[in-house]
Amino acid sequence: MYQYSDFDRQFVQQRAEQFRDQLERRFNGTLLEDEFKPLRLQNGWYVQRFAPMLRVAVPYGEIASNQMRVLAKIAREFDHKEDNDISNAVVALADVPSLPDRCAHFTTRSNVQYNWIPLSRAADVMDLLASVNMHGIQTSGNCIRNITTDALAGIAVDEVADPRPFAEIMRQWSTLHPEFAFLPRKFKIAITGAREDRSASAWHDVGLRLLRNVDGDLGFQVRVGGGMGRTPIIGSVIREFLPWNQILNYLEAIVRAYNRFGRRDNKYKARIKILVKAEGQSFTDQVEAEYKDILEQDGAPHTITQAELDRVSSFFVAPDLGCDRKSADAKIAHILKAAAEDDIEFSRWLTQNVKPHQNPDLRAVTLSFKRLGAAPGDANAEQLERAADLVDRFSAGEARVTHEQNLLLPWVRCDQLPELWREARRLGLAKPNIGLLSDMIACPGGDFCDLANARSLPIAQALTERYQDLDELHDLGEIDLHISGCINSCGHHHSGHIGVLGVDKDGQEWYQISLGGSDGTRLSGEPVPGKAIGPSFAAAEVTDVIEALLDTYRAQRTDKETFINTVKRVGAEPFKTAANAVRVATARPTAAA
Amino acid sequence: MIAMTQKLQLFPAGSFDTEASAPGILALSNDADPREADLAGVHTVLLNFPSFSDGRAFSQAFLLRRRLGFTGEIRAIGDVLVDQVQQMQRSGFTQAVLRADQNQDVGERQLERYPTFYQGDAIAPQPHFAAATA
Repeated sequence: MYQYSDFDRQFVQQRAEQFRDQLERRFNGTLLEDEFKPLRLQNGWYVQRFAPMLRVAVPYGEIASNQMRVLAKIAREFDHKEDNDISNAVVALADVPSLPDRCAHFTTRSNVQYNWIPLSRAADVMDLLASVNMHGIQTSGNCIRNITTDALAGIAVDEVADPRPFAEIMRQWSTLHPEFAFLPRKFKIAITGAREDRSASAWHDVGLRLLRNVDGDLGFQVRVGGGMGRTPIIGSVIREFLPWNQILNYLEAIVRAYNRFGRRDNKYKARIKILVKAEGQSFTDQVEAEYKDILEQDGAPHTITQAELDRVSSFFVAPDLGCDRKSADAKIAHILKAAAEDDIEFSRWLTQNVKPHQNPDLRAVTLSFKRLGAAPGDANAEQLERAADLVDRFSAGEARVTHEQNLLLPWVRCDQLPELWREARRLGLAKPNIGLLSDMIACPGGDFCDLANARSLPIAQALTERYQDLDELHDLGEIDLHISGCINSCGHHHSGHIGVLGVDKDGQEWYQISLGGSDGTRLSGEPVPGKAIGPSFAAAEVTDVIEALLDTYRAQRTDKETFINTVKRVGAEPFKTAANAVRVATARPTAAA
Repeated sequence: MIAMTQKLQLFPAGSFDTEASAPGILALSNDADPREADLAGVHTVLLNFPSFSDGRAFSQAFLLRRRLGFTGEIRAIGDVLVDQVQQMQRSGFTQAVLRADQNQDVGERQLERYPTFYQGDAIAPQPHFAAATA
């Protein structure tokens, strides 16, 4: 993975010093909250229902074992519920004693969050993070956010080119960009280097796809204006092919057009998707004209040199794991077959949690953080440390935080799979449910989040409890279940095959259920927002509704047809009917919500 | 690498109040395109921050300084805070009139942070990677 230079290290340390100074001015009263807010946000510090929330950047999801250990230390020593005075907090529906603390949380944009660190300890936490080249730079605020890619970047068998060097170069370019720190709204970029889009790129403000043109040259297809929220929109392609070395110049043109013309009068209409939709072709023309000026008048200063691409790429060469090719294939296949026959759970784990790799001797293994008794994507200090040990032993010291809120080990030798499985199982991280119903995405919801209308975690927990039976989960097959506590869509409900959206009616928790959304993967098909199946349901009805949807699928499916394909084939009607049949509290649905 | 010659000068609130409409001074509104402005005889362009979180003037300053090669003063007025002065300097501003409650010494300190940055800007157009290998 990318190794920090002295310059990079010094930069992060200076950022920590700058934030410490801002915090001191905030505490001595010379910096007011309104003015401090964007400064703390651009360092990852939110203020939530009970306590601040810290979002730590994990650029394009890549993380080293020593960084995981520091995240564990922060969870253990700083993420303390009892250090916060919550006497004045609006508790709403949250059951505070049951909320987890002393843990980190993996997010859908491959970052890590904490929910209980008091602001008074923020500067110390930032120093700790800086000690392992980590920070919270631009993980929030109206600026260019963490640039994401897919968890299989650099190892996927269907890869055209490794997106990580480009993601790193873009990370550096966007870091503390003087012109683009006060955009109309946040700005998210995703890059995929593979044929299958596992990065939800069409749902991003800018979605980039690496491809080769007819001459074999590498470049990007550029999409702009995707996004979730109140107005879910799939991004539009504004460039079919942009030479790879021009990507920073082109991004500059896009973001400048957005900074100048994006709406600032209404924050719900401030994302670039609204501008792109309103302007249509003239937006593209504007970007192209600006790009031309950058090339011809400014001299294209951010053209990426081959030397720079080579320098950055050199950090992403595969680790030498000393695989012995002679003993490889047959022997490994034999071991795995024997072990799998021996234990059906291992066999299932191989099927669900282990993915093929560019190197035939290696596999990508996902540790499942979707298990009973813990919120989706939560990892406590002990688990982070033990997982870091596995990362050292089995994956050359490197892991990936995934969009689906798990941890992926990218460099696992085939012959070590049985051992890794046993170790992961001991830690409770080997549940063979990756891609299945219980591998759901969920935001922190109303338990923590000030914006949420309803809680996500109790819904996730109830569904996890109901769907524990592995035979049943495997029979249901691959299903994207996404839960958001409000329309801001942090739980990506728009792209779920089944989406659950928390809504507020008269101060009560209600949930709108949608069907047929897609993030753009091969399983899910063309990216599209799901459609609501009717008026929202009471909290107590949600698990029964999901069960009714799944039962309908089982009744309607043809041989081996996936849930999403059945929905596409038969349409929403049979699902609606089944869902309405289990209404109790909402037996007479109104037109509302 | 181009030396940072255009250091931002900070001024207390109220400075220049009497010369707002003097000849040679052009006030550009935030929705104006600097490329359409008549800069003949203009020695100072005023760019307004209606709120410190409205970043349009950063792009306007960049276009004036870098695209149009404007060599006069670019002055930030309005909701100008010490925590944005470094951004202003890098975007091509040469003067910033601070909001009344802002501490000028704190502002001067912010200008000393980060000797260099990753990306090029209006003053030092080359990014770190190009400057480092030049």
